[in-house]
Amino acid sequence: MSAAVAFLRNTWRGLTSMRTALVLLFLLALAALPGALLPQRSLNPPRTADYIAAHGWWGTLLDRLQFFDVYASVWFSAIYLMLFISLVGCLVPRTVEYAKALRAKPVLTPRNLARMPHHGSGDTAAGPDEVIAAAQTRLKGWRTVVREEEGGARTLSAEKGYVRELGNLVFHFAMLGLIVALAIGKMFNYEGQVIVLADGSEFCNSGTAGYDTFRPGLRVDGTDLDPFCVRVNDFTVDYFPNGQADQFTAGMDYQAGADLETGTWRPYQLQVNSPLRVVGDRVYLLGHGYAPIFTVTFPNGEKRTQSIQWRTVDNLTLLSQGATKFDPPGITDSEQRRKGQIAVTGLFAPTAQYDGTLLTSSYPELKDPAVAVDVMRGDLGIDSGRGQSIFEIDQSLVDQGRLTRVARENLTIGQSLRLDDGTTVSFDGVKRWVYLQVSHDPAQVWVLAFAVTMFLGLGLSLLVKRRRLWVRATPGEGGRTVVSVGGLARTDQAGYGEEFSRVATGLLDPRKGA
Amino acid sequence: MPVNETLATYSDWCFRAATLIYVFAMIGYAVEQAFTRTAKRSEAAVLVGAGGPEVAEAPKYGRIEQAPGPDRAERSGRVAVALTVLGALLHLSSLVLRGVATGRAPWGNMYEYGAATMFIAVAAWLVLMRKFDVRRMGVFVLTPVVILMFLGGTVLYTEAAPVQPALRSYWLVVHVSAAIVSSGLFLVPGVVSLLYLVKSAHEANPARFAKLGPKLAPADELDRLAYRTTIFAFPVYTFGIICGAIWAEAAWGRFWGWDPKETVAFVAWVIYAGYLHSRATAGWRGTRAAVVNSVGFAVIVFNLFFINLVISGLHSYAS
Ligand code: HEM
Repeated sequence: MSAAVAFLRNTWRGLTSMRTALVLLFLLALAALPGALLPQRSLNPPRTADYIAAHGWWGTLLDRLQFFDVYASVWFSAIYLMLFISLVGCLVPRTVEYAKALRAKPVLTPRNLARMPHHGSGDTAAGPDEVIAAAQTRLKGWRTVVREEEGGARTLSAEKGYVRELGNLVFHFAMLGLIVALAIGKMFNYEGQVIVLADGSEFCNSGTAGYDTFRPGLRVDGTDLDPFCVRVNDFTVDYFPNGQADQFTAGMDYQAGADLETGTWRPYQLQVNSPLRVVGDRVYLLGHGYAPIFTVTFPNGEKRTQSIQWRTVDNLTLLSQGATKFDPPGITDSEQRRKGQIAVTGLFAPTAQYDGTLLTSSYPELKDPAVAVDVMRGDLGIDSGRGQSIFEIDQSLVDQGRLTRVARENLTIGQSLRLDDGTTVSFDGVKRWVYLQVSHDPAQVWVLAFAVTMFLGLGLSLLVKRRRLWVRATPGEGGRTVVSVGGLARTDQAGYGEEFSRVATGLLDPRKGA
Repeated sequence: MPVNETLATYSDWCFRAATLIYVFAMIGYAVEQAFTRTAKRSEAAVLVGAGGPEVAEAPKYGRIEQAPGPDRAERSGRVAVALTVLGALLHLSSLVLRGVATGRAPWGNMYEYGAATMFIAVAAWLVLMRKFDVRRMGVFVLTPVVILMFLGGTVLYTEAAPVQPALRSYWLVVHVSAAIVSSGLFLVPGVVSLLYLVKSAHEANPARFAKLGPKLAPADELDRLAYRTTIFAFPVYTFGIICGAIWAEAAWGRFWGWDPKETVAFVAWVIYAGYLHSRATAGWRGTRAAVVNSVGFAVIVFNLFFINLVISGLHSYAS
């Protein structure tokens, strides 16, 4: 029993010692580093998968050891948890000690002040009481205590800079608070991304299904999102004369709270660096791109028009790639339907440039839009129940011969092509889309508040110096008083010397020190 | 906002001239270093204030000069300081001209960032030379400065241009300038801590670094210089990281996302926190603390070069 207690006590002491804290700090730094060097699943899943695949057993091993999820890994969490415990264990006794120190009187004056790192002495005609009283007035802002010694000597013990320790405690406590706030944030945050056409399309934060991707916090199930809606009316890019983008702006309306019932829309210009903040959520403009408009006219005269986002393949020229998919109208027989589905796939260039007949883009703005399309006909696999990318057709269906290319052509706006069965496909124009992110983190203001407190505490603890000063006035020969002064900086000695000389010179030789 | 090409060209000239003048200053310091007779702790430091009514001054350490007038080493050192001041003025002009030419804060790409950081390092050294007797060691500070400036002016050089929309924010001014000031300041303790290691190795065994060791300032002076600069730079760095998080919240949708740049900044911050702790931990003062400080600066440089150039992340505005 007592052995167990001793063991626990020793473990606790070990864990909360300064040396352990130091080792844990270095471990934390070391453990964080792989996250900067290896691709991380949380940041870039495809790159992580490629990396693992490219590194064989070595990649698999690293994956098992959670090197691709460093900040969620067992070992990283273990280190900061231990630091957290160490911090608590260190702060509690230090706070108690600090509270005691605040009430305690400055320590006794050492016997021999000449042994102090800073010292000086002299003599004066004034009596010991006068000397001490003068010293006390001079040491304004210091905590002082006057004591009497045998033989009529008087001493003054002075101490200053308690704020240093206070700042240090504030700093460490604020760090605790910050870690807790981060943890709470991780529980209740969520983040979702969605592409919205900039043609008056609306998006509402009513459930996770509306998002293209959604990442919930540990305690979020997606049923209780803050309700609000946005409507994206237009999107513009301003350019410098040299073609570099100056600013992106999505003209939006939004509604939240009571506005949802009354149907009131409020305008907002969404830009990079200025998210829309509404009901505790933030809406960001992350990207943009194009959605070409195609109309398919089927042999029976029915028309279908669609514009769906194409994926940007070149960020500078906004060359885009995608697949716009059509179902033949009015056919109920699923067998028949799966023979006549159409996909318009290929490249879109906002400013066309041709290399022979090969289309590329030379500029991101809509100066001379064109598409290079392959029209595919057959079974798109939309009915199979298997999810598929909106940007691509299912290549396996092409390989199986169930989907075949029936035309390949370059088109500019207004042009169309005709298939063997009389179907025509026309390229009618282009819309823009924006890529939005909705973020929610109820604890982030607390993180900020604690970070600022940390900073202030740090400032105090590094700038203020804890220092002591003693004066001893001893009656000497011929009615004169011997005055000796000693000084000690409790923390770092650097910088105390100048202050000490100023104070000491003032005490020993009031004319010079004035 | 169009770029003023003429001013941008003047800025480039100033940058090159500053680099060249730093090279001359470096030679000046090197000559001083080479011809300096052995430095000793001056007796005065030990005796200061003892017994007499004259009260302790900040201990001063220095070289004992045999000749009354300035000797060759002394003259060379003074010329080197004058050259450093001249170089720093040209350096500053280069930054100001870039700023005026582009109509924005002159730290929008890696070249500009590096140039501003090196200016801070040189300016910090000039200030410290007034407070500490460390002039002879100027060559060790200017060498990394010149190397980094040369790399900046060649490999990383970027034409004056406006910045991307993501950088068009007043946080660019606040966050990046805090990073520049702290990184520039960190160069000094990083170098001085290395010198501390040399010096203390020499003190432990005079046969080691027999040539260089005696010419360096005493170990405790080097330690103090490193500590004082670090406690100034560390809060600035902390402030820079906090501002970065605030900006990231507005620009990238989250205040912290373990982007490579953020991660390495965190690592460097923790290492410097470790440095401050190590000076309060028995068995870690002195040599180990100096190693930690140098590693801290190595991580800062790593963050600037490797993370920007090799690893792609949200901070990769350089390309
Ligand atoms: C999460 C990890 C920690 C970080 C990032 C951290 C950071 C810091 C920083 C930046 C300082 C400098 C302020 C100053 O020098 O006054 C400091 C000082 C200090 N810390 Fe921590 N700390 C951590 C954990 C701990 C723990 C666990 C302990 C106790 C075992 C501790 C005890 C101290 C003490 C005693 C000082 C004052 C040192 C001095 O006066 O120079 N810290 N800490």
